[in-house]
Amino acid sequence: MNTTFLVLSAFLASAVEMVEALTIVLAAGLARGWRSALAGLGAATVALAVAVAALGPALTVIPLSALRLAVGALLLVFGLQWLRKAILRASGFKALHDEDAIFARELAEARTAERVERAGVDWYGFVLSFKGVLLEGLEVIFIVLTFGSAQGSIPLAAAGAGGALVLVAGVGVAVRAPLARVPENAMKFAVGVMLTTFGIFWSAEGAGAHWPGSDASLLGVLGFVILLSLGLVRLLRRERRLRLRAAEVRA
Amino acid sequence: MRHLRSFGRFWWDFVVGDDWLVAALVAIAIGAAAALAHSGVNAWWLLPAVVVLVLWLSLRRAVARG
Repeated sequence: MNTTFLVLSAFLASAVEMVEALTIVLAAGLARGWRSALAGLGAATVALAVAVAALGPALTVIPLSALRLAVGALLLVFGLQWLRKAILRASGFKALHDEDAIFARELAEARTAERVERAGVDWYGFVLSFKGVLLEGLEVIFIVLTFGSAQGSIPLAAAGAGGALVLVAGVGVAVRAPLARVPENAMKFAVGVMLTTFGIFWSAEGAGAHWPGSDASLLGVLGFVILLSLGLVRLLRRERRLRLRAAEVRA
Repeated sequence: MRHLRSFGRFWWDFVVGDDWLVAALVAIAIGAAAALAHSGVNAWWLLPAVVVLVLWLSLRRAVARG
């Protein structure tokens, strides 16, 4: 069960970040030329590979309880950030993430930027693509390495991320447009729930607490986080409706 | 110096994010759970309870900010 949960979490989290990276690379490629966009993508991939090679083996030598405490704490903070944004989006207090709108904005900015050539590539296109892939990729690495190491299986988490890479890159090359139909907001909600669940579970274990039912209680924590999140969405939606109604009455 | 500052800001944004209160309360809760475990109390319930409080407070702050 925990294995399925691990692979699914890594897959979903990676897919969301890769969809965002793809949007940026597409905007850079279409506006500034594919040579600079692909050079940026390649350079960022090399930088990410170096980060994995440096961090991956280092994590495996840390004792598991210390690792779970540190990883649990980081995942909990990180997961609560995702969940908070997802709840605000689902309740209407924050605009939904829209890949089409982001693509249009990136494209417009890239088309107006001045052209400067360095080492034979357009610098703006290179940096845009490099930064986009590096920043989104760092989140993927963070999730895959922390999930994998705390669960004792980095290859399984990497397999989940690899599946997402193949799928997103394959669809991206086929359609050559931002993947606006991907239910990104729902996926972000699911990732927030999973990161928070693992964060609660591991940080409590790392702090020395013992879950009733051991690993099986992970499902209970998952159910608790889902119910809490849906309850908060419902409460905030009601508050938003009341605010809108009050604003209409005033107007 | 400028690069060092932007490096620090990147990691702050990456880990702590929009609301520092979340990170602060989570750190306090984990410390409390460890202290309770050290004194023989199995406080597995503490973190789920703190998550309810943290999410609620952080969402209220976000909604109030608009």
